[in-house]
Amino acid sequence: MSTVVLTLGDDVSTDVIYPGRYMATVLPTETPQFAFVDLTDFNAKLRAKQVPPGSVLVAGKNFGCGSSREQAVSTLKGHELIVVAKGFARIFTQNSVNLGLRLVEAPDLEAKEGDQLEIGATEVVNASTGKRFRIVPMPPARQAIVDAGGLIAYTRKRLVEKR
Amino acid sequence: MGKTVVEKILARAAGKSAVSAGDVVEPAVDLVMSHENAALVINQFLEMYKDTGLEARIWDPSKVAIIFDHRVPAESPKTATNQKKIREFVAKHRIAKFHDIRGDLGGICHQILPENGYVRPGAVVLGTDSHTTSHGALGAFAFGIGATEMASVWALGTALNVEVPATIKVVVTGKLPEMVGPKDVILHLVGRLTAEGANFKVLEFHGDTVRSMSTSGRLVLCNMSVEAGATSGIVPADDETLRYLREEAGVTDALAPVQPDADAVYERVIEIDVSQLEPQIACPHTVDNVHPIGKVAGTKVHQIVIGSCTNGRLDDLEVAARIVKGKKVAKDVRMLVFPASGRIYAQALLKGYVGDFVQAGAVVMNPGCGPCLGVHEGALGDGETALSTTNRNFKGRMGNPTSDVYLCSPAVAAASALTGVITDPRGAAAGGAR
Repeated sequence: MSTVVLTLGDDVSTDVIYPGRYMATVLPTETPQFAFVDLTDFNAKLRAKQVPPGSVLVAGKNFGCGSSREQAVSTLKGHELIVVAKGFARIFTQNSVNLGLRLVEAPDLEAKEGDQLEIGATEVVNASTGKRFRIVPMPPARQAIVDAGGLIAYTRKRLVEKR
Repeated sequence: MGKTVVEKILARAAGKSAVSAGDVVEPAVDLVMSHENAALVINQFLEMYKDTGLEARIWDPSKVAIIFDHRVPAESPKTATNQKKIREFVAKHRIAKFHDIRGDLGGICHQILPENGYVRPGAVVLGTDSHTTSHGALGAFAFGIGATEMASVWALGTALNVEVPATIKVVVTGKLPEMVGPKDVILHLVGRLTAEGANFKVLEFHGDTVRSMSTSGRLVLCNMSVEAGATSGIVPADDETLRYLREEAGVTDALAPVQPDADAVYERVIEIDVSQLEPQIACPHTVDNVHPIGKVAGTKVHQIVIGSCTNGRLDDLEVAARIVKGKKVAKDVRMLVFPASGRIYAQALLKGYVGDFVQAGAVVMNPGCGPCLGVHEGALGDGETALSTTNRNFKGRMGNPTSDVYLCSPAVAAASALTGVITDPRGAAAGGAR
């Protein structure tokens, strides 16, 4: 069971997730401190480790639109957050697949802060309301990279095989 | 069954006779580009080779371009150190297509690549920047990726697990009215499609308006295709593409333009008649919040920005310079001009545009991304409003989450600089701007 710790609307851009002014910070070990830095209360909770790993962000359509900056993914991955949204922008989706941030696409999702979600393979159950929502399955091309543990491991295997 | 341009390009690059939307391919990559985020690409690249016993080698350094543009000159010791590390990597790996911070050869990646002839029709071009879609203006399939995916391409020379995108055909017809241009067309289209309307899709541009548009204008269309979520925008190469590459980019070798089949399968077709189009404005805080200028004319602005990978080219500067020449930027307004490259800056000097701007009270800055991504050079104060020819108006985009950013064409930006409020340039053309 995962707790919804933040709800957001449609078109949440990478500038909101990880503002451009922190882009000189690139390493996945250093980016987590700036997650949603302009949402000061939520960022403070993250920094204070008050958000347990496996907590859920709920968002609307087109989450992660905008920049290709991978910091927008590593900053969330660093806190082991799960994003459940009605939809995701393409580059953000691929970056998440590559870095192992868990995205769940549930186009009809209804959930509010504090709700408990049970995230299965094909549906999300909102245990707090009893409602069930279908999950759009991940295409095999992306799932293969997720199953390998991310793109670094996936490519490394290819490099070794090529030798 | 007929094929779209991108299906044909991916079939060629993947060594297959034909591919269709939904197929998964592993295309050979013709050109890759990174800017300052090469610092992260390098980190991920070295990580990939860890414990393999292999030497970390770029598959083909001649196909790698690195351009400093996001923070030039460096705004902090941290950025300067990132740039220093990238320089060292560039030297070690013999990357020749490297554009450092220079007044002659430097500039914004999405201008440097076309003007140096690095992008060819039919090529597969990947960049660690979402606006890599720009290069579809030359008939290439160009799209943005993250740093880890780039590291993988550096290692292998191919892009892994690429899903062939479906294509939306966009047919633009009619003569653009006075003071209405490519920026207004793409803002209008993004407004119609919405910010996710083309997510995972390609926008393939057709119609007599696009055919008669310069490469500079086509770069505007493709640049902002990503604002509708598109994987890429693409204009099938034609005589204008060849003219640009031969005459402006100095390309002398053989070119192989790719055309779609007459019976290509499109997901949908969108038709736009621009003959009555008005200047368009994208209002805060999403790029698809687009309205004709009348809806927001008169809105007070504090900063005008002309430049960026969208609208920092010579024709953009020309339009703006003509409007402000001999006039003055309004009191309490800051007008910042960022030519897209050193070459454009030099041309603008020769044409007298730089003088026109400076005498009007504008500040002409060095080529680069400037304030577009809120890093340095022109941050906004609390509650201030910017009117900008850039491509994004997300909350906090120009560095301050309490500010507002409106997006517009160079003509609207210049006309508004003279008045201090969002101003219809069609009045300015008739001498209406005060």
